[in-house]
Amino acid sequence: MRIAVASGKGGTGKTTVAANLAVTLARHGQTVAYVDCDVEAPNGHLFLKPIPVGEVGVSRLVPRVNPGQCLRCGACARFCRFNAIVCLTDRTLVYDELCHSCGGCVRVCPSEALTEVPHPMGVVKTGVAGAVRCVSGTLDVGESTSPPVIRAAKQAAPPASWVILDAPPGTACPMVETVRDCDYVLLVTEPTPFGLHDLRLAAEVMRTLHLNFGVVVNRADPGAPETRAWCEQGRVPILAEIPDSAAIARAYAQGRLIVEALPGLEPLFDQLIARLGAEVHREIREEGGVLA
Amino acid sequence: MKLAVSTQGPEPGSPVDTHFGRARFFRVLDTETGQQTVLDNADGAGVVQGAGPRAVQRLCRLGVQAVLTGHVGPKARTALEAATIEAYAVEGGTAEEAVRVFMAGQLRAIVPAAGGGQLGHGPRISVRQCLHPLETRAGQSREPAGSGSA
Repeated sequence: MRIAVASGKGGTGKTTVAANLAVTLARHGQTVAYVDCDVEAPNGHLFLKPIPVGEVGVSRLVPRVNPGQCLRCGACARFCRFNAIVCLTDRTLVYDELCHSCGGCVRVCPSEALTEVPHPMGVVKTGVAGAVRCVSGTLDVGESTSPPVIRAAKQAAPPASWVILDAPPGTACPMVETVRDCDYVLLVTEPTPFGLHDLRLAAEVMRTLHLNFGVVVNRADPGAPETRAWCEQGRVPILAEIPDSAAIARAYAQGRLIVEALPGLEPLFDQLIARLGAEVHREIREEGGVLA
Repeated sequence: MKLAVSTQGPEPGSPVDTHFGRARFFRVLDTETGQQTVLDNADGAGVVQGAGPRAVQRLCRLGVQAVLTGHVGPKARTALEAATIEAYAVEGGTAEEAVRVFMAGQLRAIVPAAGGGQLGHGPRISVRQCLHPLETRAGQSREPAGSGSA
């Protein structure tokens, strides 16, 4: 099962949910891989504290101009939708940081003046945290397109019965890249106007991508009436409510998992995996039914 | 010499646009012939990224040697340097006033022209590299290619 933990709003508790979920599944004897796809600010390692195992670089292809062959015709610059190539009268410039590595410029060049070379853009680290296999992608500072590093991190995930993908915040390409081929998505929200606003946006992405999803409310006030009302109206299941508690905040600040620092809250995550399992299997049954 | 002023409107009395790459218009003036043209930058102003270098490409191909504008971003700066186009800071006012102040020698250069040759004709010019000028490659022509688009 591939489960993504995403949100619209940042700071709602994706990593808290993903890391505690991974450890809880492992405690129940499952094989688990945790993949930190928040490559612009990976922080799952702060809580899971994996022992490093390996590290591979991630690169993307960018064009290089051979000035001797370049006609300065501007075909490449006209083709590039991202303005990564500028053709001046006596030279052609490439802005690596704007290039989206589509390779189109190389194809349209009439004089074979462009070749593609790898441009380093990040790293994927693997490690082991107890029974949880960890993968973490990190985008280099100054790089603006994270999906290639996210793809590399996902590909580096070892086979496991549960792969937990910790998504970046937002609803743009990095989040889409993370959730796109998952079996189920947990959307973590908080009972604030921003939390609900961004939950709606994230839910819209899930529906557009035809992904099954449920909600985890973090820092839940008793009831969280507005979030609850919205979920009921849209028939979105709430799989867990994590209480708004100073003890949780303290554990978080010390880099500790809820299920390790606060044993009293273990049943909350046991219940989450039970409901998650039920949801995933219900969705599979229903989809099977539709197909039949 | 050919000057370009980034402006908010097409008229000579239009206010200067202090954003270089995303300026709505460029007023291009030939100081020798007095001939003036207006370049509509609507498509360039609206691009998601790379507005600055894109504007430099257009001005370079028109033979512009200096731009009067407000703020020049880092990518526009490297492109201006590579194109040996000078940039001068204008505080505000109209296009006409900017040209008058420039002709009186009272504008501050924000991108000096001298840098062009030092950037080199290397196969790669990125912002990062341009912060540390490269050697000019030996044996390469500095002559403009002349014929523009193929």
